[in-house]
This record gives sequence, C-alpha cells and structure tokens, in this order.
Amino acid sequence: MTTRSEAMPGGASLPDPTAPLSPTGNLRRRVAISRLVDAAAMGAALIAVALLVGVAFTVLKRGISAISVDFLTSNQAEGGIANALLGTIEIVAIGALLAMPTGILTGIYLTEFAGPRSRSARALKLVLDLLQGLPTIIVGVVVFGLLVVPMQRETGFAGAVAYAIVMLPMIARASQEVLLLVPGSLREAADALGVDRWRSVLTVILPAAMGGIVTGAILAIARAAGETAPLLICNSIYNPTTVGLDPFQGVPSIPMYIFTTYDLPTETALTRAWGAALVLLTIILIANVGARVVLARSRAKMGI
Amino acid sequence: MMDRDVGVGRSVINDPVPGRVRIESDAVPQPPVQEASQARPPAVAREAVFDIHDMAVFYGESQALGWTSLRIYRHVVTAVIGPSGCGKSTFIRSLNRMNDAIPGFRLEGQVLYHGHDVYAAATNRVEVRRRIGMVFQKPNPFPKSIFDNVAWAPRNLGMRVDLNERVERALQHAALWDEVKDRLHESALGLSGGQQQRLCIARALAIEPDVLLLDEPASALDPIATASIEELMHTLKHRYTIVIVTHNMQQAARVADHTAFFSLDTTGSERIGTLVEYADTETIFRRPRDTRTRDYVTGQFG
Amino acid sequence: MYGLCAAAGLLTVLVLGEVIYQVAKGASPSISEFGLSFVFHTRWAPNFNMFGALAAIYGTIVSSFIAIAISAPLGIAIGLYMSLMAPPRVRTVVGPLVEMLAAIPSVIVGFWGVVVLAPFIAHHVEPFLHNVFGFIPLFGPPQTTGLSIFTAGVGLTVMVLPIVAALSRDLFLTVPQDLKDGAAALGATRWEIIRGVVLPTTVSGVAAATVLGLGRALGEAIAVTQMMGDGSGIHVNLFLPGNSLSSRIASEFPSPESKLHIPSLFYLALILLVIGLATSLLARMIASRFDVEKRLAR
Repeated sequence: MTTRSEAMPGGASLPDPTAPLSPTGNLRRRVAISRLVDAAAMGAALIAVALLVGVAFTVLKRGISAISVDFLTSNQAEGGIANALLGTIEIVAIGALLAMPTGILTGIYLTEFAGPRSRSARALKLVLDLLQGLPTIIVGVVVFGLLVVPMQRETGFAGAVAYAIVMLPMIARASQEVLLLVPGSLREAADALGVDRWRSVLTVILPAAMGGIVTGAILAIARAAGETAPLLICNSIYNPTTVGLDPFQGVPSIPMYIFTTYDLPTETALTRAWGAALVLLTIILIANVGARVVLARSRAKMGI
Repeated sequence: MMDRDVGVGRSVINDPVPGRVRIESDAVPQPPVQEASQARPPAVAREAVFDIHDMAVFYGESQALGWTSLRIYRHVVTAVIGPSGCGKSTFIRSLNRMNDAIPGFRLEGQVLYHGHDVYAAATNRVEVRRRIGMVFQKPNPFPKSIFDNVAWAPRNLGMRVDLNERVERALQHAALWDEVKDRLHESALGLSGGQQQRLCIARALAIEPDVLLLDEPASALDPIATASIEELMHTLKHRYTIVIVTHNMQQAARVADHTAFFSLDTTGSERIGTLVEYADTETIFRRPRDTRTRDYVTGQFG
Repeated sequence: MYGLCAAAGLLTVLVLGEVIYQVAKGASPSISEFGLSFVFHTRWAPNFNMFGALAAIYGTIVSSFIAIAISAPLGIAIGLYMSLMAPPRVRTVVGPLVEMLAAIPSVIVGFWGVVVLAPFIAHHVEPFLHNVFGFIPLFGPPQTTGLSIFTAGVGLTVMVLPIVAALSRDLFLTVPQDLKDGAAALGATRWEIIRGVVLPTTVSGVAAATVLGLGRALGEAIAVTQMMGDGSGIHVNLFLPGNSLSSRIASEFPSPESKLHIPSLFYLALILLVIGLATSLLARMIASRFDVEKRLAR
C-alpha cells in the first residue's frame, strides 16, 4: 500500500493531515483491540477480588453462628477455642522473640556494615532468598529432627522454633528494605560528627527506621501465625481439656484446631471449625491492614 | 494580527510574517517580504497548521501556562524560547496531547489543528500523535535493534509493504543512514547520544507525520551532535512543519523562521508562563518590540 | 554492635545449613535402604515397606503446573491493570486487596477448597471439560467428591496469583516513563505500548516472578492435603485424587506405620527441598540476568 512518497506528506498512501481527528479504518481496529485488553485486565483484577471476597464471605457465613462469648472463652473440651487462641498467641510470641532480634540484626548487618557487593552480603542475601522459599512443611520436619526427637515429645516450643525459622527471612528482608530507605544524609551527618558507626546506627538510624521495621515484623508474624504445617509435624499432640500453656508440652493452636476439627463428623464440629477459621482470618486481615496503614504513615513521615 | 490585550494589562505582540522565511543559499526562492503591519497574510503565504485560541494549562489548581493565542504555519521552523520554567515544554506537549497522562492536567481554550479541535471529545489521541510526532530532550530509543526501533511504529500502523525502504528513507532523512546501514540489527543502545537522538527523529519520521515537535532535542548532546541536529531542521522543514523548544537562543536564531518568546508572569500570586512576543526570528532578535524580549535576547536575564 | 550483627548473619546461614542437614539426616535410613530408585518407584505401601516417590512427585508437579498455568496470565494481566490502566483511586483499593489474598492462611484456603471449590468443580467444571475435551485422557470421567489433582491445582491459584500479580505490578512500574512517552508519541495505542515496550523490557523479571509463584505452589502442604484427596499411583486423568510430596508428608507424618515410614517421608522432604532450592535459585538466575543485560546495554 505504501509508495515511495518523495513528495509532500499526505501522498497516496497516507491519510490527509487535514482530515478529522477521529479514528478511521486501521486505527478503529487497533483502538478496539486496546480496549479489549483493558477490559480483560480489569476482568482479571475482578477475579482476584472476587476470590478474596468469596473466601472471606464463605468463612463469615459458615462460621458466624459459632461465634459467642462462650466459644471464645472456653476450652476445647467444652467446645471453645480459648486454649487454642492462647496457645497460638504463646507460640507466635516465642517465635517472634527468637526471630525478631536475629532478623533485625541481620538486616542491619546487610545495610550498615557489609558493603553491598561484598562476599558476605551476597552470600547472606542468597541464604535469605533460599530460606524464604522453603516450604513450611520442610521447616516442620527439620525442627522435628532437631528438637522433637531429642526431647522425645512434641512441644509448643518446637512449633515456636519452626515459626521463627519461617519469620526470620521475612523480618530480615523487611528490615533491610526499611533501612535502605533511611536517607543517606542522616548517615553522613552522623559520620561527619565523628560518631562511631555502631553508635549512629543505634541512636540515629534505627529509630528512624523503627516504624517500618515493626510493621514488617507484624506482617511476617501474621504470615507465620496462619501456618499449620509446622505445627502438624511438631506440635500436634496436646491435651484439649487444660489451658496448659507449658511450652515444653504440646500446646493447642488455632490452625491445628481447624485442621483436626473439620474432619470430625458432626455438624457442630464443622461449624466450630469455621468459627475458629473466622477468628483466625479476622485477626490476620486486621493485622495486615493495620500494618500497611502504619507503614504508609511512617513512610510519609520519612518523606518518601 | 495586532497587539492583543491578555486581560492583565500586558500586551502580546503576535505577528510573524508567514511569507518571510529564512533564506538558504540553495533554497527555493521565497515570495517577497511583506510589511509587518499588514493584517491579512498575502495569498502566497503558508496555511496555518495550528490555530491556538486562549489556551491555558492548569495542573490541579495552579496555572502553568497563561492565555496563549498564536498560529503556527506550515513548512516553517517555529522556535519556542524563554527562561527555564516558563512553560515552553508544557506548551509544546499540549499540542499533541502528551500532557494527558499527567495527573491534574487541564486545558482551557482551543487548540485547532487544521481546523479540528485537538481536545474535542471525538478526537482520538492516538490519531493526533500519529500526525503530530514528538522527539524528546533525552534520547529514548527502545531496547531493540536500530531497524526495529524505526520499524516499530510503521508495523503498528500496518505499513508492512516496503518496510525496508521506509526504514532506510527515514534514516536518510535523519542523516543517520550512512552511519548505521551496516549494523541495522545491532542494539540501538550502542549508539552515541547524538546518533540515538537522530534515531529518535528517524523513528518519528518513519510514519510520515505532518508536524514534528522537538522538545529541546539537542540540550543533552555535545556541540557536534547539536550541529548535525540543527542541520536537519533546514532540510526537514520542506516536508514537515517543525516546532522546536530550545533554551539556547543562538540555536533559535540559527534554525528558526518564526520565534515565540515565553516568559514568566510574576505579577500575580502564581508564576504563570505567558507568551510575550511572537514574530519572525529576525524581528525577535534584531528589533524586538517588547522590553522583556529585548532583555532576554540581549542576555540581560535568563 | 558490628559483632552482634555479624553473629546474627552467621546464625541465619547456620539455620539454612541445619535445615539441609536435618532433612538429609532424617532421610538417611531410607536412602541407604532404597537408594536412588526410591525416586522412580510408584508404589507407596508403608505396611509392606514399599516406598516410591514417583506418584507424589507427579502430583506435586502437575498440580503446581495447573496453578501456574492459570495464575501466570491472570497475574500478569492484574499487574498490568494495577500499574498502567487503573485510575489512581482504584489502584489504592485493588492493590491491597490482591495482596491480602496472599495473607489468607493455607488451612482456610484448603477448607474453602474442600467445601466450596471442590463441589463446584465436581458438578460444573469437570463434567463440562470431560464432555468437551474428553478425547484427551487428561480430562477423564470425574468423580463425585471433586477432590482431585485438578481441584488442588485450581485452589493453589488463590495462593500463587497474588504473588505473580504483585511482583508483576512492581516490575511494570519500573519501566521508565520516557520509554513509554516515546512509544506514545509515535501514535501507539496503550496495548501497543505494553506489547512493544513494557512487556519486552520486563520479560525476565516476569519470568522470575512466575518461578517464585511456582515455588509457592510446589511447597504448599496443608491446602493440597485437603483438596487433593488421597489417591495413590499415577493416573493420567486429572479428575482423580492423587497426592503430592508435601501432602504425603503432612498426612502420614503424625501416624507412622513402620520403621522406615518416617525416614521415607524425610526422603520425600529431601526431594521437595531440592526442588524448592532449585526453583529459588532459578528465579534468582533469571532475575539477575535481567539486570546484567540492562547494565550491558547502557
């Protein structure tokens, strides 16, 4: 269709430049295709939102009837989830206690002390990437060999250690990202004042990054709290009648409660399982939303 | 076109002489020079490609460009000069709707292209840009081969026949063919800055637009590359209509037939870019009528 | 302070080392008994001391592949939508919603999968696919519970989709504005800009994101246990129940039936570990080649 138009533009092959600016011919088709793609992409987003709403709605619908003060305050033997709730909190807390210092300090090491191209930094980043990609069932199996076998019983502590291993890479990465956002001018100012590196990190840089680090930790903890696989392997045997929270025994937990209860044949058991699922989902979603809000605010404070 | 009041007590001098074009030694003989005071352009004068009435640009609540009216003529090089931040880029990008993507962008007034409203609801943005092409300040070649860079837009438009010839012709018009003809399939990112910019020009020429807008095309380049770009302007204007934004006055003096001088109006509470004077280049630089123009071109400020 | 931080880093490395050590150690009785043939045998009968991983490997790979086949195009489309097409207000709402999809605990996804997804697939999707595509052995006759490799694959997309979508969105946002402007100024439609500039410059990153999503699917234990049913052997028909490496471990670990049962489960874990590490490494390799190419081109 095109010819060697040596002459003025608007030769035989091209539309007249003085023609109206609305789409014609070929352009109509191209615009239609582009609009189709727009619609498809929006459809995909709608599918994702629909999935979220669908799952949340199902949990809500089937579990809401189980929710009551009794449910939340009595033990499993009496049909409640009080001990499971406390157990989850305990295991998550111990896990966080183990993972947070290690993760945050590792993050600090990566950003403040090791050069970004140094061998130790690259090795550490590789290790963190690999740890992050570990299936949680493998973490459970590992802690089984590490703790359950020597101690000869399944314990809440083992579950906590497994949680800690799951949380560690996430906390380290979140800390690293937040620390990288701290403006270099802060560091330079501290250096110019002749302050030791470690002192400036402790008193200047960490406080500036603390908001982001804490929210990163909360997100990691929320993620770990929903993991069932490690508990299934390390902490599945517990006494449903007591509120017993000795971490060196089996400790009840919400994910395990859900997993075991839904198998039971009775209708009430099923509803209770959904009720527990509702409680778990609500806590995790609130933690997620809350953490993001705080993160956005702390970023705004740092002027990002 | 006489002096016009812009409503804030300032006058805008707006009278480029359409028939008056830069004389090059080997150019086609030009029609006789017209008197500047004539209101009606002579019959042999060029037609107006853009007819802009009271155009104003807002980003959200703040106004970036104040009420601007002018006509841009066919097959001339029109330069837009002025100090930094005076709205030159905003002005030129508004001509082909490249500001649409900027949040809060709002345009008042009318931009007519060959009589058609560029911002009308029925106007298709893609078609506007197909006819009014743009080359940017920093060369932005795609991470593809040289050939694919130039051939990309024609392929989109369905110009598949004689694609090789089209690419070759575009590269020749951009004065790049000889330098790249043996390495068309190498990455465009391996070219020097000046070559990349000429590649971007070739890319724009490949779809044979009607107008070519250049937003400070040589400001990121060294003097030799700049000179080659400027030379291009002289040959390209015979086929296309060219509007070039430049902060380099000497460049405007070298390449442009008509020149529009924008400046910042700081009398109000906001800093608004305003068109101060628009005439053929010789008038702007030798006999500017507005004191602000004279101050600028003689280097008193900016 | 430096010492403390370095020690933490060292501890992190030791954790990974311990993970690899423990899995290998736990598996060693089974490794010495069965050797490499373990990987290639299908029969899994703990009572008879017969252990073969092939059926589980098959279930893992097929269900993950189904999840990725659905999640990759959807996730990329969502990433495009969130980065280039959605109006700003929609972006601030949809973005967090998609990310929260990833926060749903796997036990709840599995639960939902059993109670909502599986019946839906059993009554609507599988019959339809069987009727239309039944000539392909993959789409054989469905069975009533809906717990199958196919269902597990579809359910896994709930967990994989947000990963691919969020990473893709971040990648598309890194495409320089001047490249997109240059394409727009040449009279290209939005799709043409995406096809010509956005996708080509991010292809390696998107590939890496897909591999990361795949890793998530491969390692998921609980949801798969619930949704895949409890089948044995390898069947071509996707609509039959099966098992995966992680689902075997999850369902049989609490109640071992013979001396070599636990070590064999550890052996499955070792295979899963190798697969998991390999996908993480693959994703890194793809992503870093992307960076290197970009740097070379400048």
